[in-house]
Amino acid sequence: MSDKILMKGNEALAEAAIRAGCRFFFGYPITPQTQLPEYMAKKMPKIGGTFLQAESEIAAINMVLGAASAGARAMTSSSSPGISLKAEGISYLAGSDLPAVIVNIQRGGPGLGGIQPSQADYWQATKGLAHGDFRVLSLAPAGIQEAVDLMGTAFDLADKYRMPVMILGDGILGQMMEPVRLPEPVKELPAKPWATTGTKGARKHNIINSLYIQPEELEEMVRARYERYAAIERDEVRVETWLCDDADIIVTAYGSTARICRNAIRAARANGLKVGMIRPITLWPFPAKAYAEAAKHARAFLDVEMSMGQMIDDVRLSVGNSENVHFFGRTGGVVPTPAEILEAINKISQEV
Amino acid sequence: MPKVTINEERCRGCELCTTACPKHIISLSKKLNAAGYHPAEVTDQSQCLACAMCARMCPHVAITVEK
Amino acid sequence: MSVVFKKPDALCDVTMHYCPGCTHGIVHRLVAEVIDELGIVGNTVGVAPVGCAVFAYNYFECDMIEAAHGRAPAVATGCKRANPDNIVFTYQGDGDLAAIGTAETVHAAARGENITVIFINNTIYGMTSGQMAPTSLPGQVTTTSPYGRDPKIAGFPIRVCEMLSTLSGTAYCERVSVDCVKNVMQAKKAIRKAFENQIAGKGFSLVEVLSTCPSNWGLSPLESLERLRRDMIPYYPLGVYCDKEPFAALEEAGK
Repeated sequence: MSDKILMKGNEALAEAAIRAGCRFFFGYPITPQTQLPEYMAKKMPKIGGTFLQAESEIAAINMVLGAASAGARAMTSSSSPGISLKAEGISYLAGSDLPAVIVNIQRGGPGLGGIQPSQADYWQATKGLAHGDFRVLSLAPAGIQEAVDLMGTAFDLADKYRMPVMILGDGILGQMMEPVRLPEPVKELPAKPWATTGTKGARKHNIINSLYIQPEELEEMVRARYERYAAIERDEVRVETWLCDDADIIVTAYGSTARICRNAIRAARANGLKVGMIRPITLWPFPAKAYAEAAKHARAFLDVEMSMGQMIDDVRLSVGNSENVHFFGRTGGVVPTPAEILEAINKISQEV
Repeated sequence: MPKVTINEERCRGCELCTTACPKHIISLSKKLNAAGYHPAEVTDQSQCLACAMCARMCPHVAITVEK
Repeated sequence: MSVVFKKPDALCDVTMHYCPGCTHGIVHRLVAEVIDELGIVGNTVGVAPVGCAVFAYNYFECDMIEAAHGRAPAVATGCKRANPDNIVFTYQGDGDLAAIGTAETVHAAARGENITVIFINNTIYGMTSGQMAPTSLPGQVTTTSPYGRDPKIAGFPIRVCEMLSTLSGTAYCERVSVDCVKNVMQAKKAIRKAFENQIAGKGFSLVEVLSTCPSNWGLSPLESLERLRRDMIPYYPLGVYCDKEPFAALEEAGK
């Protein structure tokens, strides 16, 4: 195992992807994720990989689709407005049962929005990335080491379940620097007998396709996919619970926001308040059980997001009692401070 | 002897073969195939040159030519 | 007895869904004949479009990918880059290639992407039943230009070969027609060259095939061939628009 080195989030994600066996990156520049394609542009030609700056986000995701069809580990990255453009391709990836990894380093929206960190794409990532009945497995790292570790996981899960996997970060994660321990490069990648690699005269032709004109046939395909989704909901939930056992108030947040909450929780504990945290690492599948478990003893939940409140829908559903779920958020690129969050915790502690 | 075989069930009765034939020996049959089209038929096989012009114009790949 | 002409092996033994007299079938057959003659079916990957040729993935014996509308050149790019030894072709209609997928087309050509593009220009949207295409002729009546395409409102048709031939990255583009046997033979020659170029690593090669759409033109198949000759060929002249070796020229210049 190599020693720790200091890396910027976007660059660490790129290096982790390469170590996970990704040799095909297609992307388009957009702030605040541009260091990721820039890193790929520097590194890929030196290791026999492909970096290609596409003419658009739409072209980039379809190049990913083409490389994934050919059996390669392929990825793209972007930030919020760019992810909207990739939506079409992500739906086709899902409908064609193709593995791919998509990184979203979120910025403020809607529209052109801003370029500062945001978490306003939670709904997009977990509920409706594009048209049709489908899911994208969404991973939300809260630090650069975790981002690096989850990148390998993302490629493995994409291949295992033949579906697009999203790493949902934000401008803080993309831009900050932390010491990380990089994983050893993977040596063996899974076989993909379904890929369009050429029949070589040895098999019937493979077809990568999302079109099913007969409704019953399409329904059957979607149902089969949902059986895989059920397995994912059973086996792939990732969540961190922290100081929850005796907690009266559970703060919940994902990604960078969870790091800020940690400071607020420490301060609250120092003041004698019993506060804990649930941090979803997979946003879909959502760690609903962790909330249901905490709801047995916690009197209130505080959902903190860099948005107007999107994950809070899932928190309420998981807790089953929406009156107990409070919200604090900043949006538009404004990052909440530990003091603001502590104030929200104190207010709740006085009410409940 | 040259022989044109038309797959009647695959034929869509579009007539493109009829004008391609230099000997004008292809026309549409009076009968219908299962899909409801009048398939092309060779009216005088003995005049066929096996030039395959009919087959080259056939959009439904319904014609085989032998000699 | 010897076989003079039969279905090419690279074409699946199925009845295609095309309307009577639609020349898509001819072009499919030509592509399959070329694949057979070059002996490349085992390492060819086709990319089907959205449009009338959407089911092309069921008609070729090689591996096939069904792309989103207009994205076939991007999908082909990813596929070719991942397996450069494979032969990758796209098969696209005028709406797919020259409207919604214009950017993908132009940039694949500009990159000199080493792929083969078969472009069917029949001046109309067939799959959605007869709407105006980017290649619809001035005055052409379609369901979305019911009074005839008025360039003052709907703009002018796009001449794809002329446009792409201006790009440094385009190796080869030729416009052909399938209105008669002679032109069908020429079309096959062009398609063969477009595949041979890829095998030789010359870069982006496109063959534009002037085709018919009897159902949506409201003409019989034979009348449709007549319209193609009478109205389309004068507006879209046949011929080779570009035949060069972009990368060889680059290396030459570097010396």
